[in-house]
Amino acid sequence: HYNTEKYHHMRSVSVDLNHDASLLIDIPDALCERDKVKFTVHTKTTLSSFQKPDFSVPRQHEDFIWLHDTLVETEDYAGLIIPPVPPKPDFESPREKMHKLGEGEATMTKEEYTKMKQELEAEYLAVFKKTVQVHEVFLQRLSSHPILSKDRNFQIFLEYDQDLTVRRKNAKEMFGGFFKNMVKSADEVLISGIKEVDDFFEQEKTFLLDYYSKIKDSTAKAEKMTRSHKNIADDYIHISATLNTLSADDSTYRHCGGYYMSSFVFLQKVEGRVASDQELKLTELLRYYMRDIQAAKDLLYRRARALVDYENSNKALDKARLKSRDIPQAEEHQKQCLQKFDKLSESGKKELTSFKGRRVVAFRKNLIEMAELEIKHAKVSSPIQPRDFYTLIHVYNM
Amino acid sequence: MCVCVCVCVQSGPASLPAEDISTNSNGPKQDSLFDDDPEDLFAEATEEVSLDSPERDVLLSDGPSPAITPITPPCSLITPHIDMFTHCSFDEIEEEEGGDSFDMHISVSDPEKVGDGMNAYMAYKVSTKTSMSLFRSQDFSVKRRFSDFLGLHSKLASKYLHIGYIVPPAPEKSIVGMTKVKVGKEDQSSNEFVEKRRSALERYLMRTVKHPTLLKDPDVLQFLESSELPRAVSTQALSSAGILRMVNKAAEAVNKMTIKMNESDAWFEEKQQHFDNLDLQLRKLHASVESLVCHRRELSVNTALFAKSAAMLGNSEDHTALSRALSQLAEVEEKIDQLHQDQANADFYCFSELLGDYVRLITAVKGVFDHRMKTWQKWQDGQILLQKKREAEAKLQFNNKPEKLQQAKDEMRELEGKVQQGERDFELISKTIRKEVSRFEKERVKDFKTIIIKYLESLVQTQQKQKVKNIIIIIFSISY
Repeated sequence: HYNTEKYHHMRSVSVDLNHDASLLIDIPDALCERDKVKFTVHTKTTLSSFQKPDFSVPRQHEDFIWLHDTLVETEDYAGLIIPPVPPKPDFESPREKMHKLGEGEATMTKEEYTKMKQELEAEYLAVFKKTVQVHEVFLQRLSSHPILSKDRNFQIFLEYDQDLTVRRKNAKEMFGGFFKNMVKSADEVLISGIKEVDDFFEQEKTFLLDYYSKIKDSTAKAEKMTRSHKNIADDYIHISATLNTLSADDSTYRHCGGYYMSSFVFLQKVEGRVASDQELKLTELLRYYMRDIQAAKDLLYRRARALVDYENSNKALDKARLKSRDIPQAEEHQKQCLQKFDKLSESGKKELTSFKGRRVVAFRKNLIEMAELEIKHAKVSSPIQPRDFYTLIHVYNM
Repeated sequence: MCVCVCVCVQSGPASLPAEDISTNSNGPKQDSLFDDDPEDLFAEATEEVSLDSPERDVLLSDGPSPAITPITPPCSLITPHIDMFTHCSFDEIEEEEGGDSFDMHISVSDPEKVGDGMNAYMAYKVSTKTSMSLFRSQDFSVKRRFSDFLGLHSKLASKYLHIGYIVPPAPEKSIVGMTKVKVGKEDQSSNEFVEKRRSALERYLMRTVKHPTLLKDPDVLQFLESSELPRAVSTQALSSAGILRMVNKAAEAVNKMTIKMNESDAWFEEKQQHFDNLDLQLRKLHASVESLVCHRRELSVNTALFAKSAAMLGNSEDHTALSRALSQLAEVEEKIDQLHQDQANADFYCFSELLGDYVRLITAVKGVFDHRMKTWQKWQDGQILLQKKREAEAKLQFNNKPEKLQQAKDEMRELEGKVQQGERDFELISKTIRKEVSRFEKERVKDFKTIIIKYLESLVQTQQKQKVKNIIIIIFSISY
């Protein structure tokens, strides 16, 4: 069973963040206890609003959710793209596999079992790295945002050296998750149904809706691909184990099987590593931007809602004028709605523009890093030069 | 002409002895073929490659010392069907009575659908090229269908299995696979099925003719040479003959369990154990390799799907440089897809098919051991019966019944003859099996070495392609 382990994660940041020296955040290490992950959030700051210039606090995944939700439900931030909440650490898959492995232990050789166990441990590690990365990026997005970085709750999250659980409970009672639920329902219909006057938003809407469905599809297909890689790696383990047994029992295979086996085992290692690195880079990139685009869509939704409110307020004003009743209130309401809508449109435009730039940079960076990884693997995967093969063949045929 | 390169000559059992092996000894140590002594290995391998064998041409490019010069690997290695026997056909020199060396190559080709609907069948062209005097001509071909092959095997099995010869099993029937072909489904899976079968039939024939005894069998000669062959009806799966076969097999299995043989010969005991282990391991290996093949195909499909999806994503992206980059990524993934396809095909035909063949072969080997046990049993039964008759005769003598006594004496003489024959049969089958097993093991080593070498070569090829893929990735990432 999986015990408490402490890992230092690899830095595989997917966006250009954490450059502003006035507020630098990172997650230098984390602890994994059964399913619960405890992150150490480390802050270095020159801002006077913080009590200390350099400090760390322990945080759980639920604390991140709390922070995200409070931001979403803050009216002032309605015109901003709130960075997507990091997903819950999911050790389900490797844990289930480990369980199956334990059950099937009797049918395998000791070597096979050890290798499979190693593979699973590597998978655990990969999940772990992934979750640390995604939580770190969330905080860094906040710290690099001109408005969100100044949020009071954000500061509490970074600084409060007691357990946040108590504060979290209070906050939930206050907001009740109202806004969040609203956003989740029927947003697409509302966004697409709206009559858009602004070209920019019209384009953005079309683009985001289309892009979202495509990136969702690509993410799913990338996941399938890496899963196939893992299956192949497992097959290689079984094959090399059986070849080992044959080689021990049967002198024939000892002569044929030696090189064969090592090339198999080697391939298996390479395939497994390619799979997990590919997963870490490509799939995470796609997944991350899928969530980010959802956040952008949420912004469009809020703006659409504001437009609907504004149009409704217009209708109400007209009705009031017709009835010659409550005209000042209706006018005031309409003015407020218009203000809100304009504010959302203005900040929305800024946000969406910078979002596009960020996405392009991140994709580029990741594609290059992926290419570098593949090259590294190519170097690693051919220590056996072609001429070595031909020597071997020559020897067999002498 | 074949010229053999001999590294060292051993007087021991490195080559297959044609002379009789005494049944009293434990038999020559055939296993010393595979000692760790490197000299032995080379001695064993001396018969394999001649200076002008096509095998050598394929494996070494130019120059006598490929170990030094960098090699451009031959490009046609990853072919859909790996015809491993083309590399083995000129390799063995058998000491035959007629002075004929083994020089024969059979190919099964040109699958053709004959007829329509459920009565349709596949006809294959069986071409033989040989210089052996056994045959009427040097280059000839005939048309055969699958049931003809099964009929041949059936005849050979009934003639040779019970006296200890390892008769190579015919490829398996497949009702599902064949029905698709009959119905006229011209898709990839039915084409693959036909190709798989064609390849299996070829391997079957080559194995059969490489057996020195089977090669001379008139049924084999007729199969290869005569243009018309009587239709083997009793090979149909669901025919009465087919069902009778299944019943017989079951009965045999029951019988086997009840025979308790006093094994006086440690060689046989050891070999039995050896083949039982081998059976287990090869089945396991076969299953793992088939799983690998399946997953590789899945990966190939998934990579293709992902490539298409990434291309669509690229089109959707409105930032043109990024769009171009994503499309290029999609293209690279397509190329990787091809790579996986090639690898999957190479893996499949090379390894999995061979393993399947050997799983069936080992069943045949075990069958031969069982026949030896049955022969022993028959001999023992004869002895017991003789003993009873002797006792009965003694009683008759005591009771003084002259006519009955004479009859008993005659019967006893007959029985004695039978018992002696039984003993001879047992000794003969034991001798034959020793020879057969030795031959079998030798072939096994050769077959697996060939496959491994082919696999290693395809591995090298894959790595070359991988390098090309990496260059593509570098280029596009830089340009973007």
